[in-house]
Amino acid sequence: MADSILVVVEQRQGKLNRVSWETIAAGQAIAAQTGWTLEAAVAGSGVAALAGEVAGKRLAKVYAVESARLEPYTPDALAHGLKGFLEKHPASLVLMPHTYQVRDFVPKLATALGSTAITDAVGYKYEGGKLLFTRQMFQGKFVADVSFVGTGPCFVTFQNGAFRADKVEAAGSAAPVETVNVEVPDGLVRNQPQEVFKEAKQAVDLTQAEIIVSVGRGIKEQKNIEIAKQLADALGGELAASRPICDNGWLPMDRQIGSSGQTVAPKLYLALGISGAIQHIVGMKGAKSIVAINKDSEAPIFEIADYAVVGNLFDIVPPLIEEVKKAKG
Amino acid sequence: MKILVCMKQVPQKDAPLKLNEAGTWIREDVSYEVNEPDAYALEEALRQKEKHTGEVVVVTAGPARAQQVLREALAKGADRAIHLEGDGFVGLDAYNTARAIAAAIKDETFDLIFTGLQSDDYGYAQTGVILAEILGWPHATIIMHIEKNEGGIRVKRELEAGFFQFVDVPLPAVLTIQSGINKLRYATLIGIKQAKSKPLRKVAMAEVQSAVGSNLQKIEKLYVPQKSKNTEFLEGSPAEVAKKLVERLKNEVRVI
Repeated sequence: MADSILVVVEQRQGKLNRVSWETIAAGQAIAAQTGWTLEAAVAGSGVAALAGEVAGKRLAKVYAVESARLEPYTPDALAHGLKGFLEKHPASLVLMPHTYQVRDFVPKLATALGSTAITDAVGYKYEGGKLLFTRQMFQGKFVADVSFVGTGPCFVTFQNGAFRADKVEAAGSAAPVETVNVEVPDGLVRNQPQEVFKEAKQAVDLTQAEIIVSVGRGIKEQKNIEIAKQLADALGGELAASRPICDNGWLPMDRQIGSSGQTVAPKLYLALGISGAIQHIVGMKGAKSIVAINKDSEAPIFEIADYAVVGNLFDIVPPLIEEVKKAKG
Repeated sequence: MKILVCMKQVPQKDAPLKLNEAGTWIREDVSYEVNEPDAYALEEALRQKEKHTGEVVVVTAGPARAQQVLREALAKGADRAIHLEGDGFVGLDAYNTARAIAAAIKDETFDLIFTGLQSDDYGYAQTGVILAEILGWPHATIIMHIEKNEGGIRVKRELEAGFFQFVDVPLPAVLTIQSGINKLRYATLIGIKQAKSKPLRKVAMAEVQSAVGSNLQKIEKLYVPQKSKNTEFLEGSPAEVAKKLVERLKNEVRVI
């Protein structure tokens, strides 16, 4: 078998998850460097149209992996369906976006195939004929180059934003689409999912804010949030937080930035006492300008900051509020 | 309900970490604490037990120092503990960790197994799901609420971007628990005292060796991330720093 790469795109209720384009961009980059064949698959019920959409990109082939039992999503059905597909159409490397849905089934799928998954990768290297995948460790304090030891299929999931969707190359002519029906037997699916829903309407839409002042663990106590609020008010911005602050109930959940909260790209993101765990970074790294104030000089937030202040936020924020007020007259 | 909670000891959040000489792992001379999502998993197990009666068992895999995690869990109210003890457990990948845990509990009958949704060191978010596959159990991930119902349990899964979903799951099952599902309790003095006399079973690597294979993936190199941005560090007294920063916000970022 020649080496090949399969990108499994994600669809929900008949719509492609846009992060799938990033994964195809990753597949195209790896294929260009290794010379391996690149194919894609979309799994679900009635996904031929989606497969056609994907086939507009530079790919050798696109598979529509079909079974009525693949809707609604369950880890049992999807892992079983993709296992059946991969046994018939083996791939050396299987790429997926690191979404909550993929996290839910990919370890099961890899285990069922006697293989393993390198999850939440942010990049890759191809050195001396060997593929290495880079991933953050210890909450972003370090990066690891990880290799596969087994024979595969090797699964890799890529973090949201690791590759650029706008770098996907379109096809000269559409890639062929093949429908593959997979068997999902009676009684295999054990979970019964209900409708997806959104909790009470979000009161604050942080995605529209131009200026965001965000607090993390470094704020230490609920009562200290007041100085962050004063800074946000002085700047005319919104107040936001990293997950632990909302978990503690110090700010409502709708002010949370990160993978489980809102994804923002303001003009200014001012991070107070935020260490910069991956789950937070993915929600704010698109900000035009990032200011980080943190007492730990090795905090990962400084990796992506434009302006960094190593110091105690309780010393720096009060004069900062005064200076902002002065500047605004 | 009989619930097993898988817990991990990880370096403390703000502990400064150093690389070992080979650049393959961190130096072990740091302070450790319980992996935060696992603390929420334990709390949820204790709450379920308080509601439905039963037993809460905690398990960890790691060297002698990891026993601290189990002691704290016993002090908070877990009934007993299992320690897969040995340095060899540190470098296991998620698959082999799950295999070792499955082997260590083969004579037990649990209704539920909880893990935190991911660990703060590796962050793979896989061990719980793999454990379910090895045991042949259903699973659900990133859980924010658990309720008993006729056929088993109804759980609330967190999805992305503020979406949720209820899922009915038959028992036995594995759940990975999201941080913030509940409010953590503190150990009481009486709890800490009682913990000392609670059973703690040690399992040596030799006892589970036959279940553990070689890792399917390998960390070739661990290193400090290269900075992708040209960061300007502002220095001076707080007043000076505040002045410099406002000057940048006005002239460069242009938000003032």
